[in-house]
Amino acid sequence: MSELKTTPEVCGMGHSMKRKEDARFLRGQGKYTDDVVLPGMLHMDIVRSPYAYAKIKSINTDAAMAIPGVHAVITGDVLKQYNLHWMPTLMSDTQMVLPTDTVMYQSQEVAAVIADDRYIAADAVEAVEVEYEPMQAVVDPFKSMQSDAPVLRTDKEGKTDNHIWHWETGDKDSTEKAFQNADVVVKENVYLPRIHVASIETCGCVASFEPAEGKLTVYMTTQAPHAIRTVVALVAGHVGLSEEKIRIISPDIGGGFGGKVPVYPGYVIAIAASVVIGKPVKWVEDRSENLQADSFARDYHMSVELASSSSGKMEALRIKTVADHGYTDAAANPSKYPAGMFSICTGSYDIKNAFTEMDAYYTNKPPGGVAYRCSFRVTEAIHAIERIVDVLAQKLDRDPADLRMQNFIQPEAFPYQSALGWEYDSGDYPRALKLAMDTIGYDDLRKEQAEKRAKGELMGIGLSTFTEVVGAGPSKDFDILGIKMFDSCELRIHPTGKAIARFGTKSQGQGHETTYAQILAEELGIPAAHIQIEEGDTDTAPYGLGTYASRSTPTAGAAAAKAAHKVRDKARKIAAHLLEVSEEDLEWEVGKFYVKGSPEQSKTIQDIAFAAYTNHPQGLEAGLEATHYYDPPNLTFPFGSYICVVDIDPKTAEIKVRRFVAIDDCGNIINPMIVEGQIHGGLTQGLAPAMYEELIYDEDGNILNGNFMDYLLPTAVETPNWETDRTVTPSPHHPLGAKGVAESPTVGAPPAIANAVVDALSHLGVENMDIPITPYKVWQVLKEKGAVA
Amino acid sequence: MIPPSFEYLTPSNISDAVALLQKHGDEAKILAGGHSLIPAMRLRLAEPGYLIDISGIGGLDYIQEESGQLRIGAMTCEAALEESEIVQSKYPLLLDTAKMIADPSVRNMATVGGNLAHGDPANDHPATMLALRASVVAEGPNGTREIKIDDFFPDFFTTALAEDEILTEIRIPSPPSASGGAYLKIERKVGDYAAAAVACQLNIDSSGSIENIGLGLTNVGSTPIRASSAEELLKGKKPDENMLAEAGRLAAADSEPMEDLRGSAEYKRALVNELTQRAIKLSLQRAEGSR
Repeated sequence: MSELKTTPEVCGMGHSMKRKEDARFLRGQGKYTDDVVLPGMLHMDIVRSPYAYAKIKSINTDAAMAIPGVHAVITGDVLKQYNLHWMPTLMSDTQMVLPTDTVMYQSQEVAAVIADDRYIAADAVEAVEVEYEPMQAVVDPFKSMQSDAPVLRTDKEGKTDNHIWHWETGDKDSTEKAFQNADVVVKENVYLPRIHVASIETCGCVASFEPAEGKLTVYMTTQAPHAIRTVVALVAGHVGLSEEKIRIISPDIGGGFGGKVPVYPGYVIAIAASVVIGKPVKWVEDRSENLQADSFARDYHMSVELASSSSGKMEALRIKTVADHGYTDAAANPSKYPAGMFSICTGSYDIKNAFTEMDAYYTNKPPGGVAYRCSFRVTEAIHAIERIVDVLAQKLDRDPADLRMQNFIQPEAFPYQSALGWEYDSGDYPRALKLAMDTIGYDDLRKEQAEKRAKGELMGIGLSTFTEVVGAGPSKDFDILGIKMFDSCELRIHPTGKAIARFGTKSQGQGHETTYAQILAEELGIPAAHIQIEEGDTDTAPYGLGTYASRSTPTAGAAAAKAAHKVRDKARKIAAHLLEVSEEDLEWEVGKFYVKGSPEQSKTIQDIAFAAYTNHPQGLEAGLEATHYYDPPNLTFPFGSYICVVDIDPKTAEIKVRRFVAIDDCGNIINPMIVEGQIHGGLTQGLAPAMYEELIYDEDGNILNGNFMDYLLPTAVETPNWETDRTVTPSPHHPLGAKGVAESPTVGAPPAIANAVVDALSHLGVENMDIPITPYKVWQVLKEKGAVA
Repeated sequence: MIPPSFEYLTPSNISDAVALLQKHGDEAKILAGGHSLIPAMRLRLAEPGYLIDISGIGGLDYIQEESGQLRIGAMTCEAALEESEIVQSKYPLLLDTAKMIADPSVRNMATVGGNLAHGDPANDHPATMLALRASVVAEGPNGTREIKIDDFFPDFFTTALAEDEILTEIRIPSPPSASGGAYLKIERKVGDYAAAAVACQLNIDSSGSIENIGLGLTNVGSTPIRASSAEELLKGKKPDENMLAEAGRLAAADSEPMEDLRGSAEYKRALVNELTQRAIKLSLQRAEGSR
């Protein structure tokens, strides 16, 4: 966006308005789930399995119940009486709430203690005696797929293997033909390991059932409160909870990143406990429980092939993936997309033939397949393509920037139909890459690299020119449990010209209270400071599917603009009445209607709002409100060009990210400061899996790093100086031309870093390294190649 | 932290603290800065019935040089080492170490005495104290005794402290002129324990030859390790690149690392080898600079 339409007082789009919510966050006055204290509230703690796979022979709760202050010990058998011991997952699989006979992963919930306080609950957890009969766990999906592997889901009648589903898309035959005819084919096995989001706030809830009214209120760390309400009504309808009596409240949330989309067993147990006991029950996980038991991300084993002409024109892409889903498919994807948006894997390149297939398997690991700050499996797809493009460049002895330029979808080709079925809305990939190269001084870096290599020094330059797909999504394709993935805004203008707007989304730190207010300020001319934004209470907010997958701006942001337009339509009628002219004679300029040709005759939005309650025209309803449910016509396709420079110590293999330039294009920008902040956060969460994070299991399914001592999160010390800039290519179909940004950097950064390290080692014959790329891994490679003693 | 219930005791002097240790035996733990004990209690790996908090005891927080020794009170926090003018001007090894222990917020709480008394070979001060040839002072029911650092870590997570003794002071010989030291550590991220780390303290004569040298190794064995073969090799020598390489090789051979999430034993030995050479070089440079 080139110019600002509003003054700093109004603070519409393009202003770096300070975040409204920070007034309370910076003072420590945010109100999170764990801050909720209700009269008579009890506390829950969970007994968890020490084994990855075991029969439960017995559970003895006597000693726990004997501890003063313990109210109940809830087991699978207790829940079974209410038929609540299993629950459906979002992907139509089933998940145990509490087991009645078998545990399927280490740290799985086995029983729950309800007690007067958190300390008594923890003591009682230690007093619950569980007798297990351990069985040999199946941890590796490649073992799980073998015909002689034990069948893990014996609860499923007739199940004879561990296969969950097969999914494929694209033209298999044309792709095969293109591979057969290609001059050059490269192939690489790329693994994106299991990782886990690490929000500052863990998951938890306070479930409060009031027996007299039959009403259930749940304060809960959820990114999608409305969907949760409906799920609870569907799952627990048979015990008398009907949807009008269920209220889900998402208070302030300390980070979600996808990990707070699923319904975890702990929520259901706490709700059941509150209903049974008739008192509020609080459950808040500790850090280790969060890391070990909540839904993971990634865990895709991808076999990636790319075919090209000898001149480097990419002709076909084929990816075959083995997906490790743990013991149940509890992924949070749109219903029709078991592999999420993985088919964005042709990336930013004009590849006419593509085919991708995937098989998902059960293992004795925690369930999930949620996002880690990315739109449904886009990170996996982009890592595959961005790695294999570099492998091709290496094979052809081409500069990876040059090869990308040759194969980009060109700016005039938009809207572009990809081989795997997406319609990319807009893009200018060469411009973004050129800006990145100019910013970092690409040609000079290549010269420096050649000089250093001659001296035995290790330096690498890595590129990532990614395309994201966000904003799910159009109702014809996107639903969760049948509920279409629209989102909503309900807008009310008060008599004094101030406003409140409520949304079906839920901020977890994204800054919605500011950006939504700025959108409305842009469209109505009411100062953003005077627009109150509310989300997260299902009794007051309009229905929506929540915040994840960078969908808030593409869906609810658009709904805000549309609701504002409806208000403006009514305001025009009122203004015509006040100015005694016809509606057609009025012209809108931000904040007021004026009479065409006579701009001194005007009514501000504030005048009109007052009139809507004090002097509304005959025949028109009083008040000034509107609601809009926005069903996007398409997804949005943000993109970016990242370049990373690394230096590697040739003896100790320590890796230093010397520079990292990130050019992002998320279309029109609502608040540049918030976008900048999102990119810094996202890049750091891209650095993390690239160099630090991985959940590691031994062959018995024991997690080896289920705490922050060994599950490594980078700190400010490890984080390089991010150099950011942008191009702006508006979305043609979004009412504001915006696209969503929060996840682009998490998607784009890992391959840039991986490519840089591989580039530093390429002269030794290294083609690929799987993330996280640690100094130890690099040292092993140097050792294998004889580069260290 | 959700620990089991325990009794929290706050003695106001060392002899009261010692008396409490005598009374409660192995059910009691001393709480200094708490940055090893509290995480263990959080995970219920440590479940002391009595927590004896000695932070209220005055007179254990000092850094002073007297009679040819640097004396550090056991309750001196790591951040105080970083800020100490004496440490900054004369003890580069201690300064390096203080800057590499955990992270700034931990260093504001964690104490030098606790770092040693915990007996963890992954902690940083044990190796640096080996290099500095320090000793510690322990106070028990029969008064005080001085324990040489080489005798202080007999076994894995074990110290020479009796059950009713408290570590009160660390004594480090003041370095002669033309001394230098360095601590080099490879960690997976800031605040992590070392994959391997090497502490070096040396002084040189007028010709540049090494008069005395101490080398300590962190987290590459069940106890902190003195790289004595390398020390012997270098004493009285003016090492060239080949001799440094040999010193690195000897130090690596003296280490006894185990494979863990930080890497294989072979990798850790390679790190010890390289870090030893670099630590000696840096110490020599610093020694030259301090002439």
